Amino acid sequence: MGAGAVGRSVVALAGEHGHDVVAVADSQTAVVDDDGLDAQAVLNRKSERGSVGDADPGAALDAEYDVLVEATPTTLDDAEPGFGHVARALERDRDVVLANKGPVAERYADVADLEAESAGRVRFEATVAGAIPVLGTIEDYGRSQVTAAKGIFNGTANFVLSRMAAEGLSYEHVLAEAQDLGVAEADPTFDVDGTDAALKCVILANVLADGDATYTLDDADVEGIRSIPPSALDLAAEDGRTVRLVGEATAEGARVGPRLVPESGPLAVTGTQNVVQLDTDAAGALELGGRGAGGDETASAVLADVRRLED
Amino acid sequence: MDAAVRAYTVRLELVDEPGELLRALEPISENGGNLLSIYHERGNLTPRGNIPVEVDLECRPDRFDVVVDALRDAGVTVIQAGEDAYTEQVTVLLVGHLVDTDLSDTLSRVEACSAASVTDLSLDAPEGTDDVSSARVHLAVESDGVVEALETVRAVAEEKDLQVVEPLVEGSA
Repeated sequence: MGAGAVGRSVVALAGEHGHDVVAVADSQTAVVDDDGLDAQAVLNRKSERGSVGDADPGAALDAEYDVLVEATPTTLDDAEPGFGHVARALERDRDVVLANKGPVAERYADVADLEAESAGRVRFEATVAGAIPVLGTIEDYGRSQVTAAKGIFNGTANFVLSRMAAEGLSYEHVLAEAQDLGVAEADPTFDVDGTDAALKCVILANVLADGDATYTLDDADVEGIRSIPPSALDLAAEDGRTVRLVGEATAEGARVGPRLVPESGPLAVTGTQNVVQLDTDAAGALELGGRGAGGDETASAVLADVRRLED
Repeated sequence: MDAAVRAYTVRLELVDEPGELLRALEPISENGGNLLSIYHERGNLTPRGNIPVEVDLECRPDRFDVVVDALRDAGVTVIQAGEDAYTEQVTVLLVGHLVDTDLSDTLSRVEACSAASVTDLSLDAPEGTDDVSSARVHLAVESDGVVEALETVRAVAEEKDLQVVEPLVEGSA
């Protein structure tokens, strides 16, 4: 479900990973073939005509599939229509892989309840830091072994802050440059106000709490970067430090805000890079870095989840 | 550098001779210390006729004794190195209408309500004192008082509509 950058990349890459795509839906249309679709033909049609097929989007939900990939845009509050897609799949005892953050950030408890009653399973590696295997690593170590996750979860905000610090430019100037480069969207609110990073931290907090508590965006303490002037970055630099939009998650909740970090430290990545540090009881701090966004990068995380479901 | 790195202040006494300062700093960097700032009081002599120097550095707690030992081995006079004298240095940035909201009141309230003292203040007001300015505040905090000190800073800042950029410290989520 969903034929944006991530959904299209999943369709394009699924074959290489040994999977058949039997249905694709965008917001208006769907195409279904139980014997497997021609991925390239679907993508060509989408780019030429703006639609994936002639059927109603609901037809994809009724198709004979093993795993539903939910890659529609993230929505807040009731997380619809993504949540409804998850519910439909679980009612049919099918597995679900999410790229859409909404259902696990805003309705984690509801998703967990539905999953408990279903033979289907839900995975959501792609919702946190794109290609970086944060959730898989937490699963490998054991949720109870990881005490906190902190890091740089939004490439746009990190690009803006690292350019401001390096060039002494104002927020407005660097944001305009980021928009020209395609690093920031025309409406950058989600990124620069910390909402996107906060959703990822809420998801991590839900995972770390492991059912003892559940959180939504409203529970997170969120501050953005718009009000950081170049003078603050200069003062930080004189001290060997810099400012980054840092997200933190523990079993007790989530927090996102601009923070002072050592300039030479692991969290002071530049550009659109993401980095996540996991604090573990026995193994100390682990750092995972890489590309936190992008169609193919996020699709790689989706397909990693699909592969995990084969076990 | 992992989150366990802490900031320390070391007070040294140097003989007023060329190259002394450099000789005193080398043992710090060579033993895993990261120099943050050096306050070299050239005009101010100690009773022994030496120059007092205050060095702020960061290192892992288990490296700090190694750094101090290395300084002594290099013949540097370390005045303050008793474990109890160590305080943690916490740096925060404040952003907003700092001057209009009475910066000295802000700082004295931070000192009054917590186990913190302001050791250094840098103010950057590029647009003049009427507009948004930034300040970097170094606080010397008793080692278990960091959380309380940051809470105090947050509370005062919130009342005055200032933004606080806090350091990332362990267990702060």
